[in-house]
Amino acid sequence: MKVQIPIGPQHPALKEPISLRMTVDGEVITDADLRLGYNHRGVEKLAEEKTFIQNIYLTERICGICSHSHATTFVQGTERLMEIEAPKRGQYIRYLVSELERIHSHLLWLGVAGHEAGFDSFFMYTWRDREIVMDLLEMISGNRVHYAINTVGGVRRDLDDTQITKILEGMVTLRKRSEYYLMIGANEPTFTARLANVGYLSKEDAIALCAVGPTSRASDVTRDVRKDDPYGVYAEVPFEVCTSDLCDVLGRTVVRIKELLQSYNMIEFLLKNLPPGPVNVRAPRRAKPGEVVSLYEAPRGENIHYIKSNGTDKPERLKVRAPTLANYAATIKMLKKGFIADIPLIFAAIDPCICCAERTVELVDTRSGEERIVRFSDLRRAAEVRYKNVTRKGNAVWPL
Amino acid sequence: MAVIRTLLYLLVYPGLLFLFVYSTFCEWFDRKVYARLQNRMGPTHTGKWGLLQPVADFIKLMSKEDIVPDLADKRLFNALPVFGLAIVSAAAMLLPVWNFDLAVPGPTSFAGDIIVVLYMLSLPTLIFFLAGWASTSFFSTIGATRVLTMLFGYEVPLFLSVLSPALLAGSWRLAEIAHFYQQKPLLILPNLLGFVVALIAVQAKLERTPFDIPHAETEVVGGTFTEYSGKKLAFFRLMTDIEMVVSAGLLAAVFLAGFPGGALLGFANFVVKTLFIIFLLSLMRALTSRIRVDQVVSFAWKYLAPLAVLQLLIVILIKGFLS
Repeated sequence: MKVQIPIGPQHPALKEPISLRMTVDGEVITDADLRLGYNHRGVEKLAEEKTFIQNIYLTERICGICSHSHATTFVQGTERLMEIEAPKRGQYIRYLVSELERIHSHLLWLGVAGHEAGFDSFFMYTWRDREIVMDLLEMISGNRVHYAINTVGGVRRDLDDTQITKILEGMVTLRKRSEYYLMIGANEPTFTARLANVGYLSKEDAIALCAVGPTSRASDVTRDVRKDDPYGVYAEVPFEVCTSDLCDVLGRTVVRIKELLQSYNMIEFLLKNLPPGPVNVRAPRRAKPGEVVSLYEAPRGENIHYIKSNGTDKPERLKVRAPTLANYAATIKMLKKGFIADIPLIFAAIDPCICCAERTVELVDTRSGEERIVRFSDLRRAAEVRYKNVTRKGNAVWPL
Repeated sequence: MAVIRTLLYLLVYPGLLFLFVYSTFCEWFDRKVYARLQNRMGPTHTGKWGLLQPVADFIKLMSKEDIVPDLADKRLFNALPVFGLAIVSAAAMLLPVWNFDLAVPGPTSFAGDIIVVLYMLSLPTLIFFLAGWASTSFFSTIGATRVLTMLFGYEVPLFLSVLSPALLAGSWRLAEIAHFYQQKPLLILPNLLGFVVALIAVQAKLERTPFDIPHAETEVVGGTFTEYSGKKLAFFRLMTDIEMVVSAGLLAAVFLAGFPGGALLGFANFVVKTLFIIFLLSLMRALTSRIRVDQVVSFAWKYLAPLAVLQLLIVILIKGFLS
């Protein structure tokens, strides 16, 4: 008996609205279909109406977890357009916050993975430890979620010595706990039995389907923007790209915990080598005409912002490609031939952020009773076909 | 007079009222232990130490809107919660803690009551299956099939492991089995393996982590109970709580030498031993993650069933050695 079960747009396993249609045969998934568009907010269009400074705070609100990632990607691009560079100390603080954000995002993911696997104790423990890093971020920036530490030309706040000691103390505790989680993640029998061989994505598929971030690194693809195309301070900071050859959800868990340990090292390095000097430079209001692609390794993977400037104080176009969108194709591949019980785990394993990914409009045609996703190009073609033979009413002349 | 006594027996102690109070207390205990193991506080606000929280949850659910899906088999859908509650409460009457006389078998304690209790503990599983099936939603149907699939896994190990101490005691009557082990407490030790198997099987029967597959919220929403709301859901939850008390009582009677010492001391024994077993169940719930339904079945047949058979073998050898 084949049944189509809907996961979403409203479902306890999903924190944000998205629709997964699973065709199942008993407990086995035979086909998977993904539908987007429940969370489109028109951020890109809005960005064209706002100045570069205002857009920092707008892009920060694209996502609640990787808020700093989007803001930094945007600021990096804007600084390149304005041909200015943040001072060293400002850059160190900016990427220090990046790494702290990675820690809080990965701890959050570990908890979610535990919850989806029905291991609520793990969830409670990791989320308790996430509070440490959230408090540190609040201490640095004044906010727990939207830190708003970036500005064009540097950061808005400096660090003092007490803050540095507190961050270092926090890292010591977190490192100890993360090593414990690595042990649990790799040894607790019911947990590993639940994660191993779930959502298999081979190395070839990960490359072919353009998976990014921990999803690709867990399939043994050494792909990390921080290493491949170092931006900011990452050329100076020593770190390793963590990979795993397990290719499953267990591998994604291990990669994320290893990245946590790398992040602690990087934060200690950044704090111990924090250069003196100002934290920001004065930035012009207008950017020079031109276009720029800004890359950034967000906790979930490669984040891309394309900014086009026409010489005014507002961007002419902003295009955001969030890492979750890049991982959708790989997710469909992972879901097929899996079990119903694996759906939430596999889907959660890419660390989906729907509100990050919903940048494009897709239309669902429900008129014929059969739902169908209409591409924009198809829509235009349909319009052309329909209006080709219609006689023009009046002679509208377009003044050039 | 006899009528009033019977009524008191059925409705107050050890009937519905007592079962309600004690099972909600056990739920509180379970929740508190589970929370403390997760570095949380657990219930704190309602009553002293949050003791009244499960009662408050029950009352709140009772006052909620009660929805019956249009496509559901309405008569079955409405009858199942009450039916299930009646079955587990009736099973509780058979525990050898309240009203039994070793010499004279009565209606609450007779030869073969262990089989009846086991049978009555199997029925809730079928009720969960029917509840999921009668609701006709996707999630309920999947939950219902998972209930049955799991049943094939844990039922045989549970029966084998619970019946082997009875075999050693040479009786099918709970009171006599308990009495046998009170006389020879050392013989509890060879049954430890069976106790572990029975604990795991009971955890599966109660559908708690790692066996909470039929209502795994992240996979199948509410599973079996997706369409249930209000009073019926409250009844189902109370039923699960009472089922937990009855299973713990059964394990205590069979493996931990029952509840000696008359009305008061026997009752204290009952509370301590059931809470101990519930503590072990909570521990298991906190320390494990949910496994897949196919893993349950293969685990049950690869490990639990052979271990239960091994326990049976040990019992038979000891019995031969003793005689």
